[in-house]
Amino acid sequence: MLIYIARRLLWTPVLLVSASLFVFVLGRFGPGDPVEVALGQHYTPEAASRLREQRGLDDPVAVQYGRYVWNAAHGDFGTSYRYQGKSVSSLLGPKLWVSAQLFLAGMLITVSIGVPIGFYAALRQGSWIDPAVVGAALVLYALPIFIVAPVLIMVFALWLGFVPTSGWGGFFDKRMILPAVTIGVPGIAVFARLMRASTLDVLGQDFIRTARAKGLRERVVNTRHTARNALIPILTILGFSLAGMLGGALITELIYGIPGVGSFSLDAIFQRDYPVITALALIGATSLVVANLVVDILYAAVDPRIRYS
Amino acid sequence: MTMTATTTDSAPPQSPFRRAVQRLVRKKVAMVALAIIVLLYLAGIFAPLVAPHDYNETNLRRVRQGPSAENWLGTDSLGRDILSRVIWGIQTTVIVTGIGLATGSLLLGVTLGLIAGFRGGFVDTLIMRFGEIVASFPDVLLIILLAATLRPRIVETVRGIEDFTGISGLVSSGVVDYFVVGVALLPLSWFGMMRLVRGQVLFLGKMPFVDAARALGVSTRRILFVHLLPNTLGPIIVSASFGLGAVAGSEIFLSFLGLGVQPPRPSLGAMIADVTGRGAGSVSVLRNHPEQLLAPIVVVWLLIFCWNLLGDALNDAFNPRTR
Repeated sequence: MLIYIARRLLWTPVLLVSASLFVFVLGRFGPGDPVEVALGQHYTPEAASRLREQRGLDDPVAVQYGRYVWNAAHGDFGTSYRYQGKSVSSLLGPKLWVSAQLFLAGMLITVSIGVPIGFYAALRQGSWIDPAVVGAALVLYALPIFIVAPVLIMVFALWLGFVPTSGWGGFFDKRMILPAVTIGVPGIAVFARLMRASTLDVLGQDFIRTARAKGLRERVVNTRHTARNALIPILTILGFSLAGMLGGALITELIYGIPGVGSFSLDAIFQRDYPVITALALIGATSLVVANLVVDILYAAVDPRIRYS
Repeated sequence: MTMTATTTDSAPPQSPFRRAVQRLVRKKVAMVALAIIVLLYLAGIFAPLVAPHDYNETNLRRVRQGPSAENWLGTDSLGRDILSRVIWGIQTTVIVTGIGLATGSLLLGVTLGLIAGFRGGFVDTLIMRFGEIVASFPDVLLIILLAATLRPRIVETVRGIEDFTGISGLVSSGVVDYFVVGVALLPLSWFGMMRLVRGQVLFLGKMPFVDAARALGVSTRRILFVHLLPNTLGPIIVSASFGLGAVAGSEIFLSFLGLGVQPPRPSLGAMIADVTGRGAGSVSVLRNHPEQLLAPIVVVWLLIFCWNLLGDALNDAFNPRTR
């Protein structure tokens, strides 16, 4: 187990270096002169060459990249091209915190609705409830965020007037409700389907029949025997659904005007703010790798039958 | 494909593929989904013939009208016919998903999967590790990044080709846009397919019939494409069906952000963005003319929904053991 974790951890830096190299090269060969963007209307050839020299953009790409990795390893991700003199870390810090809150709220909605629904549908297999849930999950799953968001805004903000159409006020603000639902909805379908399949799988096993045969009450069988075992595979997709949410956050934050990483990264891409983009790619890759590793370890911790070699 | 063939004992033995198709045909939901997909795709492919109006024909006297005999689904903010724009938007999606599937999933994914699975060793490690690196990116970020950075470069290159060869109209015809979006969507599709085919080949490669073929002196290429590939067809079809839904969603997502196919070519994502706006607070159109959203939303949802339904049914039909 320890060897497995160690091997995974050793592979991580390779992954991160490759990811950063890719974005870095794309940035150097991509269009848009960062110096031009930074100077804007103050652009003169002299000022440009001065700034270029100041930032070390005259050096060969390999040297520039080496310097970047060295600095990044020491926690310095450079300065933004667009926001003069602001370090990337100081720009991203607050936005990461905003997005983390949004993710947490979305995940809460996804798990707290999706898992019970899937479980309930599996227990009611054979009645109309099961196919209804499966059908609803399929319908929900085919709804992209850029459809869910406008419809929610239309109904709950414009027609009913429950909440404002956009804005950000922290985790316990009512403006959090719609974005959290928007980002959580696609996941509900995924979790409901998986929980249903996993519950059906567990229900067919011998120890459930044994539990019933020894006269346990149905509620005890359901909670202590079925649910606890059915939840184990759910853990594995927590990592994946985080990746899905990263994508969803882009549009959700854009539409609801939330000052998080999603809308910020779109800005950065449109403005060719490569230091910010590279840092974002690194953050994204790291969080995915870490999330999947944590899930794997949890998996083994929860279910002693699983052993990695 | 008649029912009698399955019931009589004297019938010739059927291929597993044939049987899977029969299982599929018996599913009503799958057939309805397939019919809707075929209908939408045909409408898209034959857009020049099907669309009642030119997608770009503006009429400022008839702005944001409701459905009428002239414009079945009404008109948009410039008086353009919504039905025609939706049909041309489907064409955009059809072309891009076609390019994405043909190059990403089928060409790259299947070929690399066959090679990795069959050769093993260093080649396998190289392909797998590269795939893991690409997969470690949040894919949406990667797609947007590629679309945003590649377009100007490619447009520049194609303009150069135009000047050099004297062919004109390559850029304005929108070919470049399709190419850019197709390339940007590559990372989404190839790795999953590659891993799938690789796993299948790893499993099948140990089967006696491969040894038998090799003992007969069959060449490696023939073993790969004649003996192994047909046996992996089921999972490939299932994965391609889900993949087409996902690629269609991503194309619409890109054009929603303004990074997809550029105006004046219509695309479903851009049509949605025209109503919702691309940022916070721009809800005036949504407040006053929400019905403008209906047609593109329904088509987008129907397209993704039907691909998923079909994928599910294909999965049941081709991989009966997983039920």
